Amino acid sequence: MNRLKPAQAGTLESNDIMITVAPGAQASGVVIELESIVLAQYGEAIRQTIAAVINRQNVTDIYVKAVDRGALDCTIQARTLAALDRAGAILQKELI
Amino acid sequence: MELRRSMLFLPGNNPGMLQNGGVFEADAIILDLEDAVAPQEKDAARWLIAQSLKTVDYGLSEKVVRINPLDTYARQDIIAIVPCRPDTLLIPKVEKPEDIKDVSQLVAAAETPGQTPVKLIALLETPCGIAEAYRIARADKRVVALAFGAEDYTAALGAKRTKEGAEIFNARSIVVNSAAAAGIQSIDTPFTDVNDREGLLADTELAKQLGFKGKLAINPRQIEDIHKVFNPTEQEIDWAERIIKAIRKAEGEGSGVASLDGKMVDAPIVARAERILYLGRLLGLAEED
Amino acid sequence: MNQLINSIGRSLPEYVEGYGKVQPFAGAFVTQPDMRRQAPKVKRLLPGEQKLAADLREVFKRIPVTDGMTLSFHHHLRNGDGVVNMVLAVAAEMGLKNLTVALSSVFPVHAPLVEYVKNGVVTGLDTNYMSGPVAQAVSCGLFPRPVVLRTHGGRARAIECGQLKIDVAFIAAPAADDYGNLNGVQGPAACGSLGYAVPDAQYADHVVAITDHLLPFPLSPISIEQTRVDYVVKVDCIGDPKGIVSGTTKITRDPVGLKIAETTAKVIKAAGLIKEGFSFQTGAGGASLAAAYYVRRMMEEAGITGSFALGGITGYMVEMLESGLFRKLIDVQGFDLDAVRSLASNPNHLEVGAGFYASPFNLGAAVNKLDAVVLGATEIDTNFNINVVTGSNGVIMGGSGGHSDAAAGAKVTIVVANLLRGRLPIIRDQVLTATTPGETIDVLVTERGVAVNPRRADLREKLQAAGLLLKPVEELKILAEQIAGIPQSITTQQKIVAVVEYRDGTVIDVVRQVNM
Repeated sequence: MNRLKPAQAGTLESNDIMITVAPGAQASGVVIELESIVLAQYGEAIRQTIAAVINRQNVTDIYVKAVDRGALDCTIQARTLAALDRAGAILQKELI
Repeated sequence: MELRRSMLFLPGNNPGMLQNGGVFEADAIILDLEDAVAPQEKDAARWLIAQSLKTVDYGLSEKVVRINPLDTYARQDIIAIVPCRPDTLLIPKVEKPEDIKDVSQLVAAAETPGQTPVKLIALLETPCGIAEAYRIARADKRVVALAFGAEDYTAALGAKRTKEGAEIFNARSIVVNSAAAAGIQSIDTPFTDVNDREGLLADTELAKQLGFKGKLAINPRQIEDIHKVFNPTEQEIDWAERIIKAIRKAEGEGSGVASLDGKMVDAPIVARAERILYLGRLLGLAEED
Repeated sequence: MNQLINSIGRSLPEYVEGYGKVQPFAGAFVTQPDMRRQAPKVKRLLPGEQKLAADLREVFKRIPVTDGMTLSFHHHLRNGDGVVNMVLAVAAEMGLKNLTVALSSVFPVHAPLVEYVKNGVVTGLDTNYMSGPVAQAVSCGLFPRPVVLRTHGGRARAIECGQLKIDVAFIAAPAADDYGNLNGVQGPAACGSLGYAVPDAQYADHVVAITDHLLPFPLSPISIEQTRVDYVVKVDCIGDPKGIVSGTTKITRDPVGLKIAETTAKVIKAAGLIKEGFSFQTGAGGASLAAAYYVRRMMEEAGITGSFALGGITGYMVEMLESGLFRKLIDVQGFDLDAVRSLASNPNHLEVGAGFYASPFNLGAAVNKLDAVVLGATEIDTNFNINVVTGSNGVIMGGSGGHSDAAAGAKVTIVVANLLRGRLPIIRDQVLTATTPGETIDVLVTERGVAVNPRRADLREKLQAAGLLLKPVEELKILAEQIAGIPQSITTQQKIVAVVEYRDGTVIDVVRQVNM
């Protein structure tokens, strides 16, 4: 069922976030491992943003490693979408 | 007529620059998918620019995206970017009117119902582009300006690029003339030495003198100086107000002919005065009528 | 334990274990001096007696340095300092315990201090600025007693008036003669002004000069005079020049920082300050230093000559002096080689002590004569209170230095900051650690707008008339949160790890231990 391949998008530059995705084992759900320079202040928010993008794309059973350097929501969304795209996830059109 | 005194390039794969683009108060910001982005990152940059267009507040700046040329990634760029409602697309390396027509069709297909039509600016960077400038300017009603890119152009000519710009003088004039003949704006090539403030001012003065309406910028530090040059000066505004006053007086007296300082004021002079006052009022430099 | 609320609304205990009774901050100019200066014991040196000691051990024995003493140091050798570690190593070797280190600023090079605290050699720290492993260790609760954080002016005042009693002052001297005359402009470790060592030299019970460059008597120029120096010790090396002076300090290339700097210069101009006799202070890096570049342009365009620049002197300010834009430089600390060179050779470049620079309890410090000062901040709140002590995660990464002093003295105090530092909004409802009170802060300049303290209606009018984009500070806060999202507040533990004193000795806030 899982046709994803490992993929990465984003950089470690300031204001960016590096997202690496890999297929997860069956029924493993969405697992997010997060490192961030603003973990205390925005850790929860970052996880939610990543998870929301993945859920909107109807992707299940995925492992995500995120290394954050203070990225805003729009950047987190963009990098997650790019990583999913590169991983071969079929992308629903993102709503405007 | 839109204000395009400065058009600032922002690298399309750089979140820090994209999210701060509105801070620099350029008349237009150009989110760049072409030269600023490596081929293997074009897809990621598309997503980043798409999200930025949707969420970043660019204030009053016109939102322009420089897509890739038709012979590489233009199609994917247009499909991804147009629905995100940029104001304008900057098309690089335009060589013939058909390039514009093709882009216009692709853009039309990608626009969503009710979306304001996306405008186009043709970037002329090659001898062919310069040779076809007038026809390119008239190729489609979406085209609102011609821009000139000197770096690629001089490389194609095999000439040395200099600050004084003798090697691009002819091309600059052609771009200005072609745009004016087609009733659209012309935008000058960027000044690439970001540390040479005197050079930037001189180059921008020359551009204004030649008839360009604005200049491409590659660094936010350049914007204020570019605006200073393109803004009407106090003397120009003063002169323009006196011209309009003279014309109104003449009309009031039933004469169609006005003169100021011993010179006849004819239609082209009035047009120039009106444009100066329009710009001046827009920028808060001149009083409202 | 009863809690007090000081005049900016910070909650403080009445008494802090290891510090003493808390005198709460009551306003920038409310608390008045009510004491005499303290005076060290009178000593004499007979003709023929020598000051040169063989080594530090000999000095320790002769004084003698005992458990519980307060040893003081200046920070003019910055991150190239070798003296603090050298002296503490001797103290440790000799089995001393419970010492207090009064070092005007702590840098990463002072990391060995952490070990000395762990094994009880050092139990107290008194300083104006902390960075590096020591700051981390303080934040994690390593020190048995709270650290005392002062301002540069406040430290001078505390030493002069007896609140900071120094047993032995160890003065790192880039150049010295055998009778204890010292300067900072000669020798391989030349650092410029020795301003922060001046109160120590004048008021400590014992003064020890440590130098790696002994010159024949009499030394000239003289920054610290022989009449207060007990011992002179020559060592191989007092510090690493690469860590002391940074070549030349460079202004930021960040376009957002440059925009902020340019706007700052416009604020100064709109305030009507760019005129003959203008006086100015700014920070050594980032947007603060960039502001100097734009202020310079405005001064050149207006064709005016400034009276003086103050600080914290960098090569950039030296250039302005040399091109006639300022008549004088008043120098309490040199940051780079140009500052050192200029101090050594230009009579219009003045060296002053910390008290002259910034003390609130004397008949007028230099900061009082400032027209404009440009300062940084890690956080600012909607009452314009500033945090320069703790970073966003609660760890100590700075200190007032001269911040509160300059802010109090200057006619117009401008704080420059990116609205978002990375993702973090700089404007909070309440800063984590108040350092400089809002009543002394006039303008906040960010890349997305300028906020004027409501107390300054006069300034507001002028800036508005000049066409600057003004926004209420609350609006800027909301804008930042719209862009970045509302940050979760961090929590700290109860234990107080540092007491933050305002320049007059009252307590403006405390720092609590971080959760690790």
